[in-house]
Amino acid sequence: MIYLDNSATTKPHEDVLKTFLAVNEQYFANPASIHRAGVESNALLTKAREQLANILHTEEKNILFTSGGTESNNAAIFGLAKSSNFRGKHIITTEIEHPSILEAVKRLEEEGYEIDYLKVNKYGIISLEELKQKLRKDTIIVSIMHVNNEMGAIQPIKEAAQIIHKQCQAMFHVDAIQSFGKLPVLFEGDEGPDVISVSGHKIHGLKGSGLLAFRKKPQLKAFIVGGGQEFGLRSGTVPVPQAAALAKAARLAVENMPVHVQNYKKWSAELHHFFEQFDQEVYILSPKDGAPHILSFSVKGLKGEILINALQKRDIIVSTSSACSSKQTKTSHVVEALNIDSRYKNGVLRLSFGTNNTDEDIAAFKKQFSVVMKELKGEITQ
Amino acid sequence: MIFKEILVRYGELSTKGRNKKDFISRLRDNVRYSFNDIAPLKIRAERDRMFIEIENKEKFAVLMDRLPNVFGIQSISPVASCEKDLDVMKALAMEILEDYRERGDLTFKVEVHRTDKTFPLDTHELQREMGAALLPNFPNFKVQVKNPDVALRIEVRDDAIYMMAQVIQGAGGMPIGSNGRTLLMLSGGIDSPVAGYLMMKRGVRLDAIHFFSPPYTSDNALQKVKELANELTKFGANIRLHVIPFTELQVAVKDAVPDNMSMTSTRRMMMKVADKVREEIGALGIVTGESLGQVASQTLESLTAINDVTNTPILRPLISADKNDIIKIAKDIGTYETSIQPFEDCCTIFTPSSPKTKPKLEKVLHFESFTEFDDLIERAVKNREVHVFPQKEVKEDKFADLL
Repeated sequence: MIYLDNSATTKPHEDVLKTFLAVNEQYFANPASIHRAGVESNALLTKAREQLANILHTEEKNILFTSGGTESNNAAIFGLAKSSNFRGKHIITTEIEHPSILEAVKRLEEEGYEIDYLKVNKYGIISLEELKQKLRKDTIIVSIMHVNNEMGAIQPIKEAAQIIHKQCQAMFHVDAIQSFGKLPVLFEGDEGPDVISVSGHKIHGLKGSGLLAFRKKPQLKAFIVGGGQEFGLRSGTVPVPQAAALAKAARLAVENMPVHVQNYKKWSAELHHFFEQFDQEVYILSPKDGAPHILSFSVKGLKGEILINALQKRDIIVSTSSACSSKQTKTSHVVEALNIDSRYKNGVLRLSFGTNNTDEDIAAFKKQFSVVMKELKGEITQ
Repeated sequence: MIFKEILVRYGELSTKGRNKKDFISRLRDNVRYSFNDIAPLKIRAERDRMFIEIENKEKFAVLMDRLPNVFGIQSISPVASCEKDLDVMKALAMEILEDYRERGDLTFKVEVHRTDKTFPLDTHELQREMGAALLPNFPNFKVQVKNPDVALRIEVRDDAIYMMAQVIQGAGGMPIGSNGRTLLMLSGGIDSPVAGYLMMKRGVRLDAIHFFSPPYTSDNALQKVKELANELTKFGANIRLHVIPFTELQVAVKDAVPDNMSMTSTRRMMMKVADKVREEIGALGIVTGESLGQVASQTLESLTAINDVTNTPILRPLISADKNDIIKIAKDIGTYETSIQPFEDCCTIFTPSSPKTKPKLEKVLHFESFTEFDDLIERAVKNREVHVFPQKEVKEDKFADLL
């Protein structure tokens, strides 16, 4: 099987699984227990937290473990909204965010918050001018994703951060779930974000693990209440094996980033060139300077599902633009936002690379894609 | 990287006549010791100040971060240098002062120190020249010769021009080791680390002693004390921690002395043990975190009864301090968070419900007289464990494979 759907999820790294297993065997005690076994697991938990804090350039006490990206995003939006609504109820986000942000702000809208959505151009990029105009004194949260999950657009996070910090007191949340491990993701004082979401299973870690990281001490209302774990913000016995596995996966991702990114860039350029040969038949949604591991394209007049099935028969796994919404039949909100020619709207496919992919995988994809196109579309003048 | 060296101004030791040389070399050794992790350091110690050469950005960051913790340093300044060319000098001065641009209205002066007498401009000419170049560029600066907020110091030395403006406060005090060694009774609470810190500030080297009563006190409590000892080492000296197995003695006291006086007696035993250890290590005093009236054992009557076991000077730097002031120092020096971890120590375990605040020494002596404590004391001293800090984190290795 040639797996090219790494933005949906990745196969856990062997070493991450080893860590998970070893920690479950040796340090299964509850880190909140005061006996020796508990103290040991707590020490490991602290180390894991420290390692992640170092990677993100923050302090250990500013890392909250969560169950994954969606929880991190939900917690950021709901938690920050509730802790700063005394300053205002205005939130800014973009129209191409992940549903875990969009649905969360919709919920807040019902509760009386005011939401502004930044538009994107055909490359999926927001306008900093529009951001400047929409920021207000009572803006409490700005949430912008770093890399779009459906087509890989990279938002100008640094420039946005400078504008936000200069103009108001809003907290700047960045959903870095797709970018972590592929682009540098870290806190840079006033130059960068205040809050970052990261998910484990997108970086060859485990499903069910993620984190929400803060630049400074989290000013956030508790989002799961109970025994007061995770600095009182997220109760529930902390799963030390997941935390350790996340620290491991993050370290591997960041350490090996240069090597893998070089591959992704090579493949991405190769495929851009490849798809361009199909001329009008294939439209490439992903900008050439977008995230190197995501390449979205669309075949004119074809439904994505048909292509997926045809490629699948040849042992190649790709997906429609996003796994979360791919089972729904309506066109994705991201594709809508890009405002592309309607002939291309229904056939959007996403290739996303992971550390397990090889040059041969890409060659095989190209070969099989050509065959499939011939089958479905007849002879295409190339 | 414009900075070439860090200038270190000495604390109180500048005033100490003949001992000055010792103090300076002590401070130099302490700096070397504290920065063992970025060794080697090139240090040039002069009569009134010391220069540490900077080789790279990383070393500079580490030094600027931790030098202000080292006792005996009044203040530090990063020093930049350039060639003896007016235009280059002006550009460098602008760069150094850039930090002050956004800080509102400031008073300012240019100080010139000209040891190279061949430099074409004399002191006044150079001051004027630099002032004239800088002031139009910094509208928030106003010249004031006495006590300015910002003083740009320019030194025209034989080899090059040296410039500095920023002055960062140091910890003051005296270099650790210049005033001998003492033994700190380290309980794990908020007060004792602060007492240790204050003594270190006066140049005193510390050993620490802790009374460990398993199973009544947990490994966590001991771990906490170790962390505290480790935290104190960041002020520039290593610390030995003597862990005394205290259960046997504590139980013997409980059996021999009535409840309301057992605490006084326990403390007397601790003091006896501490004094023995002090003698062995050649320390000249015992330091405690006692603060008058804070708890029953810290009334004058209690202190008298406890103190009766030895002639050794017992130093109580916090004796007149308010709890809030102690907490403030503990927070400043970073021991507070560790101290408030909720683990039982040996003082809280056997605490009677109503200890005597005014214990009578004769009565305590009377009850103690029926038990032979000396052997127990000897054994406790002999069986102590000694840990040396700063300690390399052992756990790091243990978890390294997992993370």
